[in-house]
Amino acid sequence: MTDLTVADPPAALADQSHINSDLRTQRVRSAWVFLAPTLLVLALVAGWPLVRTIYFSFTDASLTNLAGAEFVGFQNYLSWITLKSGRVIYKGLLADPAWWNAVWNTLKFTILSVSIETALGLVVALVLNAHFPGRGLVRAAILIPWAIPTIVSAKMWAWMLNDQFGILNEILLGLGLISQKIAWTASPDTAMVAVLIVDVWKTTPFMALLILAGLQMVPIDIYEAAKIDGVHPLRVFWRVTLPLIRPALMVAVIFRMLDALRIFDLIYVLTPNNAQTKTMSVLARENLFDFDKFAYGAAASTMLFLIIASITVLYMWFGRVNFDGGER
Amino acid sequence: MTMLLKTVTFCAALGAADLAAAAELSLAANTTGKNVNFMREQLDIFEKKTGHKVSLVTMPPSSSEQFSQYRLWLAAGNKDVDVYQTDVIWAPQLADQFVDLTEAAKDVVGEHFPSIIQSQTANGKLVALPIFTDAPALYYRKDLLEKYGKTPPKTWDELAATAKEIQEKERAAGQADIWGFVFQSNAYEGLTCNALEWIKSSGGGQIVEPDGTISVNNEKAAAALDRVKGWIGAITPEGVLAYQEEESRGVWQTGNAVFMRNWPYAYALGNGDDSAVKGKFDVSPLPTATDGEKPSSTLGGWNLAVSKYSDEQEAAIELVKFLSSKDVQKARALELSQLPTVAALYDDPEIAAAQPFMPNWKPIFQSAVPRPSAVTKVKYNEVSSKFWSAVHNTLSGDGTAAENLELLEVELNELKGDSW
Repeated sequence: MTDLTVADPPAALADQSHINSDLRTQRVRSAWVFLAPTLLVLALVAGWPLVRTIYFSFTDASLTNLAGAEFVGFQNYLSWITLKSGRVIYKGLLADPAWWNAVWNTLKFTILSVSIETALGLVVALVLNAHFPGRGLVRAAILIPWAIPTIVSAKMWAWMLNDQFGILNEILLGLGLISQKIAWTASPDTAMVAVLIVDVWKTTPFMALLILAGLQMVPIDIYEAAKIDGVHPLRVFWRVTLPLIRPALMVAVIFRMLDALRIFDLIYVLTPNNAQTKTMSVLARENLFDFDKFAYGAAASTMLFLIIASITVLYMWFGRVNFDGGER
Repeated sequence: MTMLLKTVTFCAALGAADLAAAAELSLAANTTGKNVNFMREQLDIFEKKTGHKVSLVTMPPSSSEQFSQYRLWLAAGNKDVDVYQTDVIWAPQLADQFVDLTEAAKDVVGEHFPSIIQSQTANGKLVALPIFTDAPALYYRKDLLEKYGKTPPKTWDELAATAKEIQEKERAAGQADIWGFVFQSNAYEGLTCNALEWIKSSGGGQIVEPDGTISVNNEKAAAALDRVKGWIGAITPEGVLAYQEEESRGVWQTGNAVFMRNWPYAYALGNGDDSAVKGKFDVSPLPTATDGEKPSSTLGGWNLAVSKYSDEQEAAIELVKFLSSKDVQKARALELSQLPTVAALYDDPEIAAAQPFMPNWKPIFQSAVPRPSAVTKVKYNEVSSKFWSAVHNTLSGDGTAAENLELLEVELNELKGDSW
């Protein structure tokens, strides 16, 4: 645009650039006008609660006395007292083994569930990308688990996984794979497995859908060229498909990861409230509402926010580096 | 305007003289068993009688979940719910949010057992009126015990032995799904009740004693938990670690358990037409560690409280007085087999005919063990949660009873600080 105006006669130039900057200001202004409602709503429903939560985490608030909360600094996060014997005792969220156990549970769940879902989602997407009769129907059908509300699917699976009446035990017993009914959700060895089974069942369609969108962006002539050159299909997948769908895959993974890191409903409904499956969100809620420790729960929520934010930043940073490398 | 007109016609039809009396109320009630159906029946009677309208807000059957929802609503000063159905242990924690019923209920408090009224009084304020009390029972299969020539067990070891024998023989006879004993062992308030009974009946104290001492870390308590740990997978399905009341009743009522620990509500349901154990079972007090000791049942029971944020407090109090009245409690005892809190009802011949166990239950709940909610005040939920976590860990094999109780003692001491 600027190059064009330079080519114009000098008399018109001033006028033109004047109009141009006017137009630009106007555009910028209307952009803000259009964005304002969104930003306002975001600030109200996301920004304000976040600020309030962070504020409460630095106070001694309790649920019945939010107004009278007093500032206590970092006490909810970490504080220490030195005993007369010289021994130092640490208190607060960062010194709480229950919290670190919850962090570890959440990370374990996130890594396992997102990897399995990505792998399975990729397979499903590749299948759905192929041409076969009834493809539209299958595409619609595969979305059903994703469309069912989590609470409903968690309850549904809780019955299927029930030790006495559950269909899963019935099938496995019938096939002779197990000799005794397994208490899927109750036993500490299988509780996390049960959660993973349900989560993978529920969210693989979501991954498949996002990856499928990426697959459909890959130009068909590249495949044709590869076919003519006689490249092995596996090599085509690694060298052509995977690099080209990488941006879509990265986005899909980050969506799932953000979701998995704040998992609450599935675990809360499906498993007993014990240390084997308790996640950061479950622990935060427990402190906020069940116990008389609103401020402590607010501190846990703030940490949860910080952990998710930093993992996201790290992922995007590393993801970008790899992506550029891949393009070169 | 139409609303007002409707109200006017409604009142006129009922012949009610004053217009201000017709209020719209809502009542939050839990959904265990047939509680909600029963409440609706009684509310219809109440509506006819007074002209008020009452809607039911249904709550989850888990009392832990119900409590956190209540706490959230009350903290937000919610005006939508006028009357709350509350657990026996909540009075000290929620006292500030409810209306004092002392004045309004002074004509009826005398009918109820004084200990129950006492449990609902916090700092001289009557927080809630009782609608039924609860003390769990040992349910046993009469038919199976007779078949193998057994009597209802008096001690836990006797229970385990009987359960094991019947379970083995019944399985050999083709009943592959039968188990010896089911109870509630999910990590929630119900496990606190169950474990308190195991420990107290073994002479291991009651977690926190009435004077505030933390007594839970002792050999007898550890032995009691170890005993139960030995049942898991042997006479009790491992799934019990995720069972609440309704799950264990599911196993029992389909005829797949010899014994069950549960509250009296399961008595009427077990004798329902859709029950596989109809007429085949009876109840006895819970066993003890050694014969001759006093059985320990955890004191349960539910009450109704009026929110101080309600705009219709007068009508709400009227509703609470109606649902806790002698007549409604009698209907509750007849239909739901829940224990009345009105002393006179224990001599009622109709109740004795319909629920033969009930007259015998009077001494049991009167000597029932209270959970340490009065002494630990607002910290009770955390105490209970730490206790049930320690028990759940022990039962699921994460540490021994002695280790977990030792750790629990440290945690409780830290929670207690200078005083509860």
